[in-house]
Amino acid sequence: MAEMMYWEAIRRAHDEEMSRDPLVICMGEDIGIAGGTYKATQGLYDKFGPERVIDTPISENSFTGLGIGASFLGVRPIIEIMSVNFAWLATDQIFNSAAKVRYMSGGQLEAPVVIRSPGGSAHQLGAQHSARMEKVFMGIAGLRVVTPSNPRQAYGLLKSAVRCNDPVFIYEHELMYNMKGEVPDEELFHPLEGSEVVRSGRDITLFGYNISVHWALQAAEILSRQHGIEAEVVDLYTLSPLDREGIRASVSRTHRALIAEEAEPAVGVGSEVMAIINETCFFELDAPPLRVSSANVPQPYAHNLEKAAIPNAQDIVRAVVQSFGR
Amino acid sequence: MNIADQKRLLREMLFARRFEERCYEAYVERKIGGFLHLYPGQEACVHGVMEAARPGHDYVITGYRDHVHAIKCGTDPKAVMAELYGKESGCSRGRGGSMHIFDVEHRFMGGYALVGGPFPLAVGMAKAIKLKGGDEISICFLGDAANNQGTFHESLNMAAIWELPVLFVCENNLYGIGTRIDRSTSIQDQHKRACAYGIPSAVADGQDVEAVVEAAQVAVDHVRSGKGPYFLELKTYRYRGHSMSDAGAYRTKEEQQAWGERDPVLLLRDRLIAAGEMDEATYRALDQAILREIEEEIIPYCEAAADPKVEELTRYVLAENDPYVRGEAP
Repeated sequence: MAEMMYWEAIRRAHDEEMSRDPLVICMGEDIGIAGGTYKATQGLYDKFGPERVIDTPISENSFTGLGIGASFLGVRPIIEIMSVNFAWLATDQIFNSAAKVRYMSGGQLEAPVVIRSPGGSAHQLGAQHSARMEKVFMGIAGLRVVTPSNPRQAYGLLKSAVRCNDPVFIYEHELMYNMKGEVPDEELFHPLEGSEVVRSGRDITLFGYNISVHWALQAAEILSRQHGIEAEVVDLYTLSPLDREGIRASVSRTHRALIAEEAEPAVGVGSEVMAIINETCFFELDAPPLRVSSANVPQPYAHNLEKAAIPNAQDIVRAVVQSFGR
Repeated sequence: MNIADQKRLLREMLFARRFEERCYEAYVERKIGGFLHLYPGQEACVHGVMEAARPGHDYVITGYRDHVHAIKCGTDPKAVMAELYGKESGCSRGRGGSMHIFDVEHRFMGGYALVGGPFPLAVGMAKAIKLKGGDEISICFLGDAANNQGTFHESLNMAAIWELPVLFVCENNLYGIGTRIDRSTSIQDQHKRACAYGIPSAVADGQDVEAVVEAAQVAVDHVRSGKGPYFLELKTYRYRGHSMSDAGAYRTKEEQQAWGERDPVLLLRDRLIAAGEMDEATYRALDQAILREIEEEIIPYCEAAADPKVEELTRYVLAENDPYVRGEAP
């Protein structure tokens, strides 16, 4: 078991899959000679050459479409979109081509592409470089959406995504590329469907995904230490399809739920998990489910405003303590 | 082109004409739903280009006016009509409809309904061909109006910088839905736009199938020989409106009449008659045989075909039983 950073784990998955299969390629802006904005493809250009490690023009919709078209003929592209904000431009090809082609061809054609893109607030990047878009992608039939919260998942989810025959969108986070964690030395194929209980507890379930798993874990420690509340933390590494059974099982154990998300609240992971709780275990609840989300604003630039817009562990603690009436 | 090939092409183009006209009737009878975009007037385009290319070997992709493209690639017309009828035996199992005809076995890679959407997909298929080292080419048939989408520029640029084996065929029928090209597009000769990306291009009379074959042969040879992309513009005209919801009232009678006088099917017929290779009676017999085939074989087949099963509504959304979804190591 080696400790590596999130970006190194992604790079390792690329390297292994490209070494194994000559039809695995990667493409995106500055991913080749420059090695990628987040270093996730560092060194691959020298190893695999320009035909397989492709520096694209700044044409997100069409280079994504190019990858999708190549996948029709059995190529397995890993497409990096530098920021999820730019992925908006590629949603035409992702939604209209990749996600629908299997269905509208009656199962004849498939688009086994992987699209990786980081979102989220980093360091005062302002309104057009800080968006969270997972809510949009997870609502599209025919598209899988996963989001790694640690290097092990970043490695294993990408490995499985490359080999899976569906289009997979991997939502990463700009602040997590330098996060360290243990990754097994042997190959790992992480399930693309499910969720993971990362902390056990009996009093409330805190659901998180990607960076908000870490806020939930910090909050759980504070709740335990300062308030005597034992929270279970569930990592929703799959956003589409959401793990209905995992959500139900945890809430049935704890009878309370909170969803932590970095995105604005409307039509998001929080609202969707609440709907699943309503549908699967409403009568198990001891209190209304809660969500902690970003303020409903385009991300501000000023440091203090940015900080105020984004939730953190303290916000989770406050919401939980209030709901327990303490 | 020899006489036998000309006669075969005449039959194919006349079949395409009658097939599309029968679609119109079936739509009016409410046997076909959704949107229906018909091809009459443009037959020489796909027939001429695919005569120079290799149907079933080269990869073809297009927009929503796609029935005839599939048939020319080798798709059974019964499967196309059954798709329009929404039947399980339709070429897309009734999941696609008129705008989404697919036949991967014959390398007809689909009709797509976002204008300009196929450009990058075609370039991607060309990228795959180049990576795998095959001698196929990727052929993208779209209309003139698609060239006003960003994907046109982005895709031609990438095809050129990576020298990919893709042929862009622009069927310039002068109208983007109901807006005439001179009101929507600053450059009306579409082939001129390819020079912005250093892509060689040509223009041909899209009503004359022999002229199309000749121009397409140069284009196909260029692309297949590894010299990179090529752009071919074909000047043509659609007789009907953009779709069934549009009667084409934005066009003058004089304009329609002028194009009708250069009908691609009749041009070829008259050439064969002038050469003494066909007479009126033979042509009428051919036409009758085609109409009989459609009426006595294709339509009854579609009427009798089974609907898709409602229990299979959610099939084909995602791959079935994919071990990597469960994280199972190979």
